[in-house]
Amino acid sequence: MRGATHARWAACAAAVALVATACGDDGNDGGGGSGGSDGSGIVSSSWGDPQNPLEPANTNEVQGGKVLDMLFRGLKRYDAKTGQANDMLAEKIETSDSTNFTVTVKSGWTFSNGEAVTAKSFVDAWNYGASLKNNQKNAYFFGYIDGYDKVHPEDGSKQTADTLSGLKVTGENTFTVKLNQKFSTFPDTLGYSAFSPLPTAFFDDHAAWLDKPVGNGPYTVDSYAKGSVMKMRAWDAYPGTDKAQNGGVDLKVYTDNNTAYTDLMAGNLDLVDDVPASQLKNAPSDLGDRYINTPAGIIQTLAFPFYDKAWDKPGMEKVRTGLSRAIDREQITETIFQKTRTPATDWTSPVLGEDGGYKEGLCGDACEYDPAAAKKLIEEGGGLPGGQVKISYNADTGSHKEWVDAVCNSVNNALDNDKACVGNPVGTFADFRNQITQLKMSGPFRAGWQMDYPLIQNFLQPLYYTNASSNDGKWTNAEFDKLVNEANAETDQAKAVGLFQQAEEVLRDDMGAIPLWYQNGSAGYSEQVSDVALNQFSVPVYNEIKVS
Amino acid sequence: MGRYVIRRLLQMIPVFFGATLLIFLMVNVMGDPIAGLCGDRQCDPATAAQLRKEFGLDKPVWQQYVTYMANVFTGDFGTAFNGQEVTELMATAFPVTIRLTIVAIFFEIVIGITFGVVTGLRRGRPVDTGVLLGTLVVISVPIFVTGLLLQLLLGVEWGWISPSVSPEAPFDELIVPGLVLASVSLAYVTRLTRTSIAENRRADYVRTAVAKGLPRRRVVTRHLLRNSLIPVVTFIGTDIGALMGGAIVTERIFNIHGVGFQLYQGILRQNTQTVVGFVTVLVLVFLVANLLVDLLYAVLDPRIRYA
Repeated sequence: MRGATHARWAACAAAVALVATACGDDGNDGGGGSGGSDGSGIVSSSWGDPQNPLEPANTNEVQGGKVLDMLFRGLKRYDAKTGQANDMLAEKIETSDSTNFTVTVKSGWTFSNGEAVTAKSFVDAWNYGASLKNNQKNAYFFGYIDGYDKVHPEDGSKQTADTLSGLKVTGENTFTVKLNQKFSTFPDTLGYSAFSPLPTAFFDDHAAWLDKPVGNGPYTVDSYAKGSVMKMRAWDAYPGTDKAQNGGVDLKVYTDNNTAYTDLMAGNLDLVDDVPASQLKNAPSDLGDRYINTPAGIIQTLAFPFYDKAWDKPGMEKVRTGLSRAIDREQITETIFQKTRTPATDWTSPVLGEDGGYKEGLCGDACEYDPAAAKKLIEEGGGLPGGQVKISYNADTGSHKEWVDAVCNSVNNALDNDKACVGNPVGTFADFRNQITQLKMSGPFRAGWQMDYPLIQNFLQPLYYTNASSNDGKWTNAEFDKLVNEANAETDQAKAVGLFQQAEEVLRDDMGAIPLWYQNGSAGYSEQVSDVALNQFSVPVYNEIKVS
Repeated sequence: MGRYVIRRLLQMIPVFFGATLLIFLMVNVMGDPIAGLCGDRQCDPATAAQLRKEFGLDKPVWQQYVTYMANVFTGDFGTAFNGQEVTELMATAFPVTIRLTIVAIFFEIVIGITFGVVTGLRRGRPVDTGVLLGTLVVISVPIFVTGLLLQLLLGVEWGWISPSVSPEAPFDELIVPGLVLASVSLAYVTRLTRTSIAENRRADYVRTAVAKGLPRRRVVTRHLLRNSLIPVVTFIGTDIGALMGGAIVTERIFNIHGVGFQLYQGILRQNTQTVVGFVTVLVLVFLVANLLVDLLYAVLDPRIRYA
């Protein structure tokens, strides 16, 4: 009797387990490419939950940017390899004075709902993006256009206009842009997704559009279950030359990129575009040549609170330079980042190329590891404020703790002082940003910059120009500002780049921020797909991926 | 009985308000969430002010709390920063987590109590020692170790299961995650049942039942087990709430888009509306589960009466 009871329990449990595993195997058709090599295979790719609603002028992080890159084509498009801004929908963009631009849009382009892409599609979209009442987080991209201060008053007072006075539709396919300052490389910024055109459906039924966005790119949205999966399908009638080479892409939200990597290993996923830090060591052996590690337009720096008297007094530039020299970049990038970072020797990124403004070694001695020189410089400059530096970082994402501790270790060794440098973790990214915007930093803090467009201007002006949008340290230098203004007004590209580099030298001599390392994009893919590459924004070039 | 239930329900009201207010204050203390919305750059001040106004963050905290609670009673839990209604997030997250919890509780009851009864009846024998050792191991190994190990072995090495759960999260995909989630509690249930059974085995009523010549099976299930279940039921009841709210680790490992994931995301993004909304529902689940446990006592042991 007793035995029978137990046997029954055991049998039940076993039956449940068996049924479960059997079902588990059946249901396992989500990943892996299928459909053969005729271009109809579906790529499954990892994705993170976008932080903001998916609108071109409201998306400022990589996850949302990925989708926009598949869904939209703008006037310009950056070459995935060289970063060159090539004409996409733009027939031509003309100017004679770097202030007034005439844009001609190619005819024959439509949105996937059939509506033609005209000059009005761009002008309406830009006006929407700039207007304060629409709360678009990328509104400042339109800040160069005349009339921006009317539609987006900086002090938050009532806006006095709904549209930018600098934008005028002059024909079916032409419009003019008047800027409020000279900006010779303005056309090159137009590849950024904030400048995408929008169909009338966006304005007519905004909520419906957000549920299922409609664009003019090589993909259309098949279904979108917010927070879990977005199914994109190739748009057969896409008029561009960069048609999708696959049948579509399923973007799956992962709670943790470690799980995505595990899924890739198990053959359930085709593409992971963010290899977790803990797996970087194994990735080359796990994946062989299916592991990608290529430079991206991202630089990590240490910024200083120049609003704090202790960091801004004369002589402190020596202390800052000394700190820079106390950091063993070479060793940290090798041991902690497994060579997915490259020691920085200027304040831009190698992806710009030499013509674009990257200058290897511009930082010179100031970025070279030399503990003795570092110690001497810091002493000459009057020592560390309060005898100790605290490097603030957010501890919730990335592996910031590890490298901050390594940097501190390096500084402590150079100064022969265990307490010279300590990390100061902040719980969440929001709180970290909060302390920065409220000017509460008391020592150096982590700063990262991912470029919006591959221009040297984008690495310098938003970060170091007086009161610029991302000048978190509030560094200010009249000479630097003057050189940047001159560079923006210069129509000759090579001369403009030269002026920007002069400005960068000013930044170096004052050590306005310590450049740490350039960041690579890292990705891994399954055997089912080929032709996988990351562009310079470390986003996979989805339309090129072939499924075998 | 009826009066007891009403009294308990009334007691829930201050607990509910107290808990939500605490959560509200805690999330607010973390500072301005808008700062994190614009990535590594500063939101331009005008847009930030506009967003703050839209989410009601420009008002004093007590006023935010009052408006929030007033809205909650009309079924409006506010909007998350990505533009989704919190109720919409709940509608997708709760069913998944409830399924996961059901699987976990199922394992706790079936495996835990079975092991407990078996070992309780055979104290000191090899089976007992073996299970005791086993539970000790399960309790001492952190849940993320068990989870990652099982994921690696069953998912990647042997390919028996998919390492990640699909967005729909049907029951069959939740077996392994449910087992992982239940593991520690399961060990406790085993030990609780074991002790309780062993203790009651010597009780007078069991001796009487045996002396009456009742079949052993009836003695064990009707007399011994029923009376021994009281501490176990208490534990499982409180565990329901704990499993739902504490599934963060398991959900992350197995890519389950449930309550734990949403809470984690909400805390990272400092999204008051999401965090408070989800916690409010979890508090309710806790309270109801506790009430049910108390009512179950009377069923298990008729000597317990409620005035």
